[in-house]
Amino acid sequence: MNIWLVMLLGGLITFGMRFSLIYLLAEGRFQVPDTLRKALHYVPPAVLSAIIFPELFLREEALYLSFENTRLLAGLTAIVVAWFSKNTLVTILAGMVALFLLQFFLFPR
Amino acid sequence: MNEQIKNFWAGVQAEIPLLIGVFPFGMIYGALALNAGLSTAASQLMSSVVFAGSAQFITAQLVHEATPGFVIVLTIAVVNLRHMLYSASLAPYIASLPARWKVLLSYLLTDEAYAPTILHYEKEGATPYAHWFWLGAGFALWFNWQIATALGIFLGASIPDSWSLDFALPLTFIAMVVPVLKNRAAIAAALSAGLVALIASSLPYKLGLILAALVGILIGTILEDRKSSRGIS
Repeated sequence: MNIWLVMLLGGLITFGMRFSLIYLLAEGRFQVPDTLRKALHYVPPAVLSAIIFPELFLREEALYLSFENTRLLAGLTAIVVAWFSKNTLVTILAGMVALFLLQFFLFPR
Repeated sequence: MNEQIKNFWAGVQAEIPLLIGVFPFGMIYGALALNAGLSTAASQLMSSVVFAGSAQFITAQLVHEATPGFVIVLTIAVVNLRHMLYSASLAPYIASLPARWKVLLSYLLTDEAYAPTILHYEKEGATPYAHWFWLGAGFALWFNWQIATALGIFLGASIPDSWSLDFALPLTFIAMVVPVLKNRAAIAAALSAGLVALIASSLPYKLGLILAALVGILIGTILEDRKSSRGIS
């Protein structure tokens, strides 16, 4: 699928969700089920972790647990910084700086 | 000043504090989308076609990983499900507006437009021109997001590859996920999704991502149910 089609479908779906209940509730036809309401709380931790874990732990689809896995170490640094700072920019910066330091000083290629 | 414009400006003003937080985020998106391999035009247009921050970041990351289109679209759908809640929450206030207003306001219904708008409705009720407040808040965010994206693309184009800027995307996700890990159910959802993503990483079409997300959501929901049925929530 090409990127323009992906974007168009993604945009239509996003709009569809925003419009869905504004459209349906006006006719008094639909209520959001409680289970869905609960489940939605867990979408961000689940989806984001499903993206983060492979980025940190895998290399070429194999588990890469090593002190030379600079992305894992930098990622763990970012997690600690995020925990204490609760600040997006500070977290990104800390992770990038950690990656630089690890790549250029500890494990130069 | 007539009532429409007064409400519109009140919406813009209520949005301003949020814009300060959103602007750097939009710039980061622009720079990273370009770095992830999207064209300048695609990076910019996504900000108006999709117009949803986290879904845009995720799309950039998935394009970077050469994920098949249908998996990206499915992921966008899961990530943006929460907008149905905003839609449900605001629907009663605009039930009597004409369809063109409903379409326009729905398009502008982001996280950051929802927050001041629902507060306004809860405080003032559905006054005759309250939808202009929503329009003001939504438009201010939209405009800000387009400019921020453009600036990010402009700056991103001058950042060399050796900076490993692609790593800033997972870092952005880390910054987004850590603050929501407030209880055991959320932590369990994150860990289970992460582990399944590792185990299922070799599934075709990157379906492991969808599977992992569903498992995480399921486990979080079950744990919350258990807790509340024991009455200690």
